Amino acid sequence: MENFTPTSALLGGAIIGLSALVLLLFVGRIAGISGIVSGIWSAKNSDRVWRVLFVVGLVLGCFLAVYLGAPQPAVPMASTPILILAGLLVGVGTVVGSGCTSGHGVCGMSRLSIRSIVATVIFMACGIITVWLTRA
Amino acid sequence: MKNITIFIAGLLFGLGLTVAQMTSPEKVLSFLDISGNWDPSLALVMLGALAVSAIGVMLSKSMKKPLLAELFNLPTSQIIDRKLIIGAALFGTGWGLVGYCPGPAIASLAYASQPLLIFIAAMFGGMFIAKRWL
Repeated sequence: MENFTPTSALLGGAIIGLSALVLLLFVGRIAGISGIVSGIWSAKNSDRVWRVLFVVGLVLGCFLAVYLGAPQPAVPMASTPILILAGLLVGVGTVVGSGCTSGHGVCGMSRLSIRSIVATVIFMACGIITVWLTRA
Repeated sequence: MKNITIFIAGLLFGLGLTVAQMTSPEKVLSFLDISGNWDPSLALVMLGALAVSAIGVMLSKSMKKPLLAELFNLPTSQIIDRKLIIGAALFGTGWGLVGYCPGPAIASLAYASQPLLIFIAAMFGGMFIAKRWL
């Protein structure tokens, strides 16, 4: 457990929670990244603007964090076929399952949504099994 | 005003993900690697996020409507159907293969690398396919 970073993890998590709190209390929406992003194409024009603004903020927020001293995002260690397969699974899975780590894992679980709790348990378990199989 | 708030929420989300190092796929994978050199950090990311988000949920219960919108636009379904289970399983498998979920992948576009762009292109392709045909 020498790579454990409790302080930055709790602080970063609290900032993510603050984002969800702001979006809920001010706009009445769920901070679910897969839902916000996948809706960019299907949404009406009026509904598209806020989704794009959120995504622009998301990218600039990463810049801001690095400017403030957080480590730069790392490059994933995977071959091209695995990157494509993983991307497709994440894209299809989050649309079919109506959410990802943010929408189900953070927003849904904090609302005690039974669907989100079930989804989070399943995607965590499948992630753990996949890592176990690929690293075995 | 509403759009500025949404932008700030996005900014906070990207800031939090990067501070928590969720933008490092290797770190995410070492959280999922419970039988190996386990890194419990991500559990604390979830804990911190859930604690603050839950305060929002509690405050929202005493509000008739959001501060800048006409109504709360929240999912209400409580049905555990096949789509939810299969979708979550597919997502979890993809997550475990590379260590990216949608938020960190998109936030990392600030420092785009070729593998990241390949992953994101495939993810958008997957979303498009699922919206269109599934």
